Amino acid sequence: MNLEIILHAGLATGTILLFAGIGEILSERAGILNLGVEGMMLLGAMAGFGTALATGNPWLGLMMAMLAGGALSLAHGLVTIHFQADQVVSGLSLTFLGTGLALVLGNGLTGQTVALIPDMDIPGLAAIPFFGPAFFADHSPLVYVGYLFTPLVWYYIHKTRPGLHLRAVGEKPSAADTMGIDVYRTRYLYVFAGGCLAGLAGATISLSVSPGWYSAQTTSGQGWIAIGLVIFAQWNPWRAALGAYLFGALRRAILDLQGVPLLLGFTNPLFINSNFGFFLQMVPYLLTIIALMIGSRAAARKRLGAPAALGEPYVRGERGL
Amino acid sequence: MRLPFTLYIEKRTDEVPGWLPAATSVGSVIAALIVSGVVLALIGANPFIVYQFFYKATFGSWAAFSDTIVKATPLIMVGLACAVAFKMKLWNIGAEGQFYLGAFFASLVVLVPIVPPDSPKWLVLTAMVVMGMIGGAIWGFIPGYLKAKFDVNEIISTLMLNYVAILWNNFWIFDRWSDAGFQMTPTFDKTAWLPRLSDYARQYKAFSGITLHLGVIFGLVAAIVVWWVLSRSRWGYEIRLIGDNPNAARYAGLNIARNIVLVMMFSGALAGLAGMAEVSGVVHRLQERISPGYGFTGIIVAWLAKLNPFAVILVSILFGALIVAGREVQPSGISQMIQGFVLFAVISSDVLLRYNVRLIRTAPVEEAA
Repeated sequence: MNLEIILHAGLATGTILLFAGIGEILSERAGILNLGVEGMMLLGAMAGFGTALATGNPWLGLMMAMLAGGALSLAHGLVTIHFQADQVVSGLSLTFLGTGLALVLGNGLTGQTVALIPDMDIPGLAAIPFFGPAFFADHSPLVYVGYLFTPLVWYYIHKTRPGLHLRAVGEKPSAADTMGIDVYRTRYLYVFAGGCLAGLAGATISLSVSPGWYSAQTTSGQGWIAIGLVIFAQWNPWRAALGAYLFGALRRAILDLQGVPLLLGFTNPLFINSNFGFFLQMVPYLLTIIALMIGSRAAARKRLGAPAALGEPYVRGERGL
Repeated sequence: MRLPFTLYIEKRTDEVPGWLPAATSVGSVIAALIVSGVVLALIGANPFIVYQFFYKATFGSWAAFSDTIVKATPLIMVGLACAVAFKMKLWNIGAEGQFYLGAFFASLVVLVPIVPPDSPKWLVLTAMVVMGMIGGAIWGFIPGYLKAKFDVNEIISTLMLNYVAILWNNFWIFDRWSDAGFQMTPTFDKTAWLPRLSDYARQYKAFSGITLHLGVIFGLVAAIVVWWVLSRSRWGYEIRLIGDNPNAARYAGLNIARNIVLVMMFSGALAGLAGMAEVSGVVHRLQERISPGYGFTGIIVAWLAKLNPFAVILVSILFGALIVAGREVQPSGISQMIQGFVLFAVISSDVLLRYNVRLIRTAPVEEAA
């Protein structure tokens, strides 16, 4: 149990949730709920790993992962935006489709090794005591991208003109349409962006944080945790980042807890019988539910909430939002 | 350049023809098989051989067909569980976890034991059915209560509880009830086995090797019960009203919070019954991975059946076949991929039910002088 190691690992694994969560925030801000994050992540993880294996270039893998996630998300976009299908069902089927495609196309990738994204230090900052080694040393460059990403996306959503358009489309598409914003195009754009980020999150796993292709175990439900995170974060990138890193650190702390013989002076039951670890593994999932309880209550109290048009198809000329 | 045809999409004002919903479902399955075939061809497999193999493994003989029905049995109950919840627009994605809890509670009857070990078969099996349904209902109650009380999104909570249920089962089969260190409990006594057709092979030669068990009757009875509840009972009317128009339901004075909890429990109980039938009818013990994702397939089954309880039975047989076939071929994701394509095709084709889509010949353009 070493705080610095836990923090370091938390930032690395949190980056996965961060990318997926912010992608989902963008999509939901435009009014499209995409429950297919798990499927897009898995397809991204497979595409990234497969490309890196074929070309020897992990950066190309990252790009392919983003394209794969984005391409899959467009299926959801087409069905929900143009065909006005139920977004919940469509998102669920996207998960099936992404998972199935990833398993079929990724057949034979298990056990392979590829060139990974190399870890690096940030010169200067890495020398700061405690924070340096935890935040700025020995991380994948993607982690540093994540640091920059959160403020940029926040600024984009809240302070720029396209960000204003994005929010308008998610809150009141008919008003946005009247103002000359192309609602359909905006929605497609952010669904695609969300898919790309989910794919990137997947490749962050398979090419950097816990490298390799372990079929469906590669993501093991992190896509769903990311969706829960978005609700907890109330569609705010800052809160999403905080939640993602906390979650990552917690996962690591749980793992480390099993290796400690004494806990606060008592014998650690986990050290004697590793099967108690099953209960510890439940913690992230239970915490997601608790985070939702807190998030939903806070949202209700502050009258903050989901984008008003979330889940509602927009048809020009029909009564509605 | 102008295309010779224009696609017109307009909102339906007429009634949907009665044959169209069924036709879109069948069309969706066919379209999904074609697209999946293309993907199979891309990875170097011959789709015709794969599908031919699928057919042989699932409907090719009585024994194969019996296997298909055995796999369809849990799907019927899980599909009904999803259909009930979806009718109220309650997205219970947790049938998988409710299935596991049902299996766990049913196993308690034998492993604790709850009824004395030398009880007659009918008593053991009845206790298992009741406990299985209780187990599933508990796992449905939790997300239902959280949604009613704290407005917690049920999609996420039911999904998270799936993982918790599987880990919970793992603890017991890895630790407390492990059979000589294996990840399973000892095989149950024969009194806890649902009767199978092969049990009667001595009287009827044709039944030897036929693994079909009594659970399929549970599924059929459950379908009738669900049909009656949804379309004949007062409660079912409330469920449909809340699903179609929650505001109208609220103004009519219906207790929505109470219905959320009750429907989730009903849904969970059906999924739990499926878990019981699988433990008692197929594996005869509690072990790891008793479900190859039945809970998730149930979602597709319910949707493809357009939430109709009797259509659920037919669709379950189709998907039971897909599971049987999927076990026999590599790579393992093929049946999951086909399921994904089917569901996508179904929801896309729904546009045909809501809109009139017509191809209209555009008037020929006059040659410019």
